Amino acid sequence: MSEHLLSLAIWVPIVAGLFVLVTGGDQNAGWARKIALVGALLGFLVTIPLYTRFAPMHGGMQFEEMRPWIETFNINYHLGVDGLSMFFVILNAFTTLLVVIAGWEVIQNRVAQYMAAFLIMSGLINGAFAALDAMLFYVFFEAMLIPLYLIVGVWGGQNRVYAAIKLFLYTLMGSLLLLVAFIYLYFQTDRSFEIADFQRVALPLAVQGYLMVAFFFAFAVKVPMFPVHTWLPDAHVEAPTGGSMVLAAITLKLGAYGFLRFALPIAPDAAREWGWIIVVLSLIAIVYIGLVALVQTDMKKLVAYSSISHMGFVTLGFYMLVDGAPTTYGVEGALVQMISHGFVSAGMFFCIGVMYDRVHSRKIADYGGVANTMPKFAAFALLFAMANSGLPATSGFVGEFMVIIGAVKVNFWYAFLAATTLVFGASYTLWMYKRVIFGDVANENVAALKDVNAREFAVLAVLAVAVLGMGLYPQAFTEKMHASVDTLITHVKTSKLP
Amino acid sequence: MTLASLNLVAALPEIWLLCATSAILLIDLFIKDERRDITYALSMVTLLGAAFLTVNGFAWTPRVAFSGMFVADAMSDVLKLGMYGAVGLMLAYSRSYAADRGMYRGELFTLSLFALLGMMVMASSTNLLTLYVGLELLSLSLYALVALPRDSQPATEAAMKYFVLGALASGMLLYGMSMVYGATGSLDIHTIAAKVADGSANHTLMVFGLVFIVTGIGFKLGNVPFHMWVPDVYQGSPTAVTLLIGSAPKLAAFAFVMRLLVQGMPGLMADWQGMLIVLAVLSIGVGNLVAIAQTNLKRMLAYSTISHMGFLLLGVLAGTVQGYSAAMFYAIVYAITAVAGFGVVLLMSRQGFEAERLADLKGLAKRSPWFAWMMLFVMFSMAGIPVFVGFFAKLAVIQAIVEAQLVWLAVVAVLFSLIGAFYYLRVVKLMFMDEPSDESPIAVKLDMRILLSVNCLAMLVLGLMPNRLLVLCYQSVGHSLGVM
Repeated sequence: MSEHLLSLAIWVPIVAGLFVLVTGGDQNAGWARKIALVGALLGFLVTIPLYTRFAPMHGGMQFEEMRPWIETFNINYHLGVDGLSMFFVILNAFTTLLVVIAGWEVIQNRVAQYMAAFLIMSGLINGAFAALDAMLFYVFFEAMLIPLYLIVGVWGGQNRVYAAIKLFLYTLMGSLLLLVAFIYLYFQTDRSFEIADFQRVALPLAVQGYLMVAFFFAFAVKVPMFPVHTWLPDAHVEAPTGGSMVLAAITLKLGAYGFLRFALPIAPDAAREWGWIIVVLSLIAIVYIGLVALVQTDMKKLVAYSSISHMGFVTLGFYMLVDGAPTTYGVEGALVQMISHGFVSAGMFFCIGVMYDRVHSRKIADYGGVANTMPKFAAFALLFAMANSGLPATSGFVGEFMVIIGAVKVNFWYAFLAATTLVFGASYTLWMYKRVIFGDVANENVAALKDVNAREFAVLAVLAVAVLGMGLYPQAFTEKMHASVDTLITHVKTSKLP
Repeated sequence: MTLASLNLVAALPEIWLLCATSAILLIDLFIKDERRDITYALSMVTLLGAAFLTVNGFAWTPRVAFSGMFVADAMSDVLKLGMYGAVGLMLAYSRSYAADRGMYRGELFTLSLFALLGMMVMASSTNLLTLYVGLELLSLSLYALVALPRDSQPATEAAMKYFVLGALASGMLLYGMSMVYGATGSLDIHTIAAKVADGSANHTLMVFGLVFIVTGIGFKLGNVPFHMWVPDVYQGSPTAVTLLIGSAPKLAAFAFVMRLLVQGMPGLMADWQGMLIVLAVLSIGVGNLVAIAQTNLKRMLAYSTISHMGFLLLGVLAGTVQGYSAAMFYAIVYAITAVAGFGVVLLMSRQGFEAERLADLKGLAKRSPWFAWMMLFVMFSMAGIPVFVGFFAKLAVIQAIVEAQLVWLAVVAVLFSLIGAFYYLRVVKLMFMDEPSDESPIAVKLDMRILLSVNCLAMLVLGLMPNRLLVLCYQSVGHSLGVM
């Protein structure tokens, strides 16, 4: 069992998705939902041992699986997780479970295909996080786009087709350069696609620079970093609630994970040389995108911009270098921020989805005084809003605080600019909260609102527990990542110049 | 000439095909229109017989026949098997299409089989003359096939265009061949290669001939700037014939390039590599860019073919066994994908209705979800998105050119395939995200459904397990070139 945990995490959702697909048209929607729920639950359960059996003192890969796949190109089905990737496999399975529940009654059109798309995507994303072979990673990384494209394009809002194609082409642009980079490295490492070999091979600075450009395009688009972020607000606004949740909670993390797994360890000297560019772009994302979020009139767009701003912290944490390597605080803070953002943004998008299902508007101006009609909902929304603005005791605080501590060690002005997010984040989130939730009942739509039902309550409660739990006891997360982060930092410190 | 030097056994599949096709030609004269299924069955038996003979006679070592004018080697055998499959699928898919349009006659079968014979000769020739004869047999059969619906104006126009431009290309090719003959005094590709290698052939004359030969190849493959006929012929031909033109001849064309350039003129590689780079980059660029502007599905697929043929050339110009086998893999994968793609178009057509506009695909996922999923497979495979096999074809080619130190070419190729992804995505968008204009589901017989499903699932299965086919291509190219 233990040695096949990662394969199970990948294939259980995919097989469940195929079963869901077999149920066919909407006359069997009930079955589709039930099978999807069972599949998502099973998919989540098989990932839990990844946490409980994870050896925290071990900085290398765990739960490894290795099987030749395409011998001609020396591509292996090589899986494994360390403290950097393990949480995202679990987070992904967890989010998928919530997404299935979130779409239970809301999706009435082509239910089987909707559920199947999410399950299959979940398996593919797990594959990308667990792959230790670069080409295997690429296959999962790319294949994931197919269900994502369909989810946004089929079940999205008004302008869904534009958003779906934009999302697909943007991400494909990045990943095609990644493909060339991988093939180049394949020949540099004497025909191996093992990520570990890529990390070991000595490369001249110029080559590292080119590779960094390729990695930057592939992963910065996914994160997304300023200035290649423009697909995200479109995709979020048009995606169905479940799509937004997965996008924000998981797929963005895949980009950040790519920086950590590929860009930093494969091109460390390039990071020392040109890492400041990424730092500058991250700071622009934090400050400028934070300001952009402030003026949004569409709730989903606002949260989308806030996601970009929060992800700025992540890339900042990775690329603030002290003595030629990222700081422990920076990397761990960034990882915590990634996980926390997974909970918080999923919660925020779900809250917006709850309101949208009732009123069919995402405009802030169409709401006001929701607290009067939906008190339970308002309480949950407050928690997520607070977490989004980084209030202590919520998960949002921990990551940002750690990154800011790390930044102080590097450069006061980095820390100063990063810390402005505590002001901006609070302003845009709480201002939106005030306009939507507080005040007098704005119109008859709001007056007619019904509070959350049991299903919605369950999703909100689970996410709320996660947000609070992580805020109160972050060690549960950091202690498992510590050894891997140390390994990474030691690796990045050593020059790879030939 | 003795019987031993004839070595007819090596050419057994061709001989069988020729005899069987001639027999079908005669038998069909005595068959009434309503019993045409007999011709269909006989054609299938012919294909199966040829496949059996090819598999049975398969050996890694090349077997020479007709005093060195013909060779049956592993590469040609594998390609021939692909051709049988493509022609067989084409005949099967087009049954009801052809019956609805009065094309379900003996000519369709015999001409297709003669075209197949031409392709097989192309794949197995080691002499400029036999290469040319094979090419002409293929081309003449195709010209006639395009013009099969006599009263259709687009088809006649396409046939005319195809014929005139094809004849021009043949002329170019022949002129180039005559230059090569003048420089080396031989039509045998091995002798030519030897003369080029030992420097006894006049270099200027050889390169002069080479330019014309590459031009001819460019025409036949449909590479930019010799691509003008491709969209018109694809659009104007009856879809069944488009399917044939778009699939199996690409395998033959690959063999043609291999015989002429790689086996015949390895010493001139520095010269033809440069020419092929120009053809490949232009094809990938123009093919992908112009495909975006198309509203006709067949025309769009025509431009997509042009770009795919550019990719195929990338593999060849890498100039390594890896590159050649990558190109061979690409050709086979492309043939499977193209057959499936045109198969969907073919099966969607009804009497008096050609499902060839992009708009006809609107809302297909609501009308016939099964069709839509099959087409989705085709589109994502053509766009080169994993896990479909099209991705591994692109991967193999790009890997080969990166190994040949042509990284910039790899970057150009992937950037244009990004542009290409757009129009494939648009097809998926039309099928899945638009409302249908016509709600009626598409009626297709169960056997065709199964056949097309197998065809499309092959793209997924080969994508999950591409290794065997990759190894097969690598070994057969290696053995045929005598480097293994």
